[in-house]
Amino acid sequence: MNDTVQPLTMTLHTGDVTSDKRAARDQRHDLWFKRSMLGAAMLVLLLLVSIAASTLWGGGLAFKTFGLDFLTSTEWDAVNNHFGALVPIYGTLVTSLLALLIAVPVSFGIAIFLTEVAPPWLRMPVASAVELLAGIPSIIYGMWGLFVFGPFMAEHLSPWINDYLGELPLVGSLFQGPPLGIGMLTAGIVLAIMIMPFITSVMHEVFRSVPTTLKESAYALGSTTWEVVWDIVLPYTRSAVVGGIFLGLGRALGETMAVTFVLGNAQQFSASLLMPSSSIASVIANEFSEAYTDLHRSALIALGFLLFVVTFIVLALARLLLMRLSRKEGL
Amino acid sequence: MTGNERLYQIRAFKNRLAMVLSCGATAFGLIWLVWILLTTVINGFQALNLRLFTQMTPPPGTEGGLANAFYGSALMSAIALLIGTPIGLMAGIWLAEFARHSRLGTTVRFINDILLSAPSIVLGLFIYTGVILPLNILTNHQVGFSAIAGALALALLVIPVVVRTTDEMLQLQPSTMREAALALGVPQWKLTLQIVLRAAKAGVVTGVLLALARITGETAPLLFTAFGNQFWSSNLLKPIASVPVVVFQYAMSPFDDWHSLAWAGALVLTLFVLVLSLLSRLILLRNRLT
Repeated sequence: MNDTVQPLTMTLHTGDVTSDKRAARDQRHDLWFKRSMLGAAMLVLLLLVSIAASTLWGGGLAFKTFGLDFLTSTEWDAVNNHFGALVPIYGTLVTSLLALLIAVPVSFGIAIFLTEVAPPWLRMPVASAVELLAGIPSIIYGMWGLFVFGPFMAEHLSPWINDYLGELPLVGSLFQGPPLGIGMLTAGIVLAIMIMPFITSVMHEVFRSVPTTLKESAYALGSTTWEVVWDIVLPYTRSAVVGGIFLGLGRALGETMAVTFVLGNAQQFSASLLMPSSSIASVIANEFSEAYTDLHRSALIALGFLLFVVTFIVLALARLLLMRLSRKEGL
Repeated sequence: MTGNERLYQIRAFKNRLAMVLSCGATAFGLIWLVWILLTTVINGFQALNLRLFTQMTPPPGTEGGLANAFYGSALMSAIALLIGTPIGLMAGIWLAEFARHSRLGTTVRFINDILLSAPSIVLGLFIYTGVILPLNILTNHQVGFSAIAGALALALLVIPVVVRTTDEMLQLQPSTMREAALALGVPQWKLTLQIVLRAAKAGVVTGVLLALARITGETAPLLFTAFGNQFWSSNLLKPIASVPVVVFQYAMSPFDDWHSLAWAGALVLTLFVLVLSLLSRLILLRNRLT
């Protein structure tokens, strides 16, 4: 009896040892696997921190030398080594706001068209065309703006704007100036075309997420399409729509190449939207490789830091607003 | 009764107005697309010839091509993908498989989404202060603007795109598949790499293609990392030419023959990006059908 049992337990025992070993090995491998994946993810966090830290460090000299003057002075003078960034900051804000002013209503219109108006067979092609617009490299927008749209502005739009809007009281001075073709208004329009696809695709997506029962109930009560959009769809998706707009704003603030082509890189402050100006990104792109003094380079990196902080805040707000809708969807 | 009719008319009018405006907005949006594409295609085709791919960037007034710029762009994009893809893939795997609902995972996802639309010129500044300056000091001012710095700047653009798509595509895989593998005693790493990742292969490849499309047209981060080079160069520690930077410099110049070269470069860039995005859409579509 004993003789037959003995070998059986023996084999069981040895079997246990190898599977124990294998389990331990697997566990070890899993631990290393998990750790390396975690390491890569932490690298993403580290990236953000080091971008902020390195640009702050690089711009330290300019911040120390000029203090608050850096933000409030309009004098950007590489020869005399004085750098005040109010003109590029103003240019960035004005062009981005102009872009939003144009892009938001248009995007809203396209999103309504795609979700409520267009016949189903037309939706796919139009949505893909809009996405196509988002994929075109920004340098192409810049070239088109410089060679095609700029001259078009100078010949057709600027004189008209000058004649009709320039005469208005209060806001008239915004629209007076020589028909140069390049300037803040042109940059704002080119930016608007660039951010339109981003805002449109967010709006399109969130409009589609509205429960059909809500919309159908409203239609059943006799609402028109417009009333359904304005009173049902928009209130339901409000925070996400604002999030999409902020996303577009973040893009517009940081856009470099398209703006550099059509803004004219002027360091004079001018009230008119038809005049050339500069933006934070365009100043960096134009001057960085030619900046020979430490202070000049530091001033440009300091501008980069400002741009990063501002876009970070805008984009973070956008994400938070977008997350609010998906939480509602989860309920 | 007349009040009701009037109200009805106002509502109907408002509705019609909104519908017309909405169609108008769509037409308005599509006109730009057509205008920009037509301009690029017409101007680009006029300047397109074989010299573009065989000759170096010329001085003004002489004939030439963009061969060195194409080579530089291809080299830097390849290195950027080689660096950025594994990191993005790993971070994406961690998000989808280990941190789907954890607070740290949400934070990483949030930060990654911000990096996805962060201004690319700031990434160039970061590489300048974080890589080029230290490298310059370490090598005693021998190495400054260099191809490897440009590739690193582009890699920073690749990472968030790959993280995002990997995370999304892995989350789409059914959890029954994971449970079945775990029940068979498959270790986690094997489950992730050989089962989940393989099932999500098409989606992950799409992410890499999208990242390539994104960096193909990027100019801003290359201006002061890779800088530019008039000649053919394969040295990773020396400045190198790239198509977008050459297009930018030539377009901003006052010379007509440089302008037409810039248009030709712009056309090639646009076509390449469009083909990439079509390809990635096809892959996704085919995957959905099967």
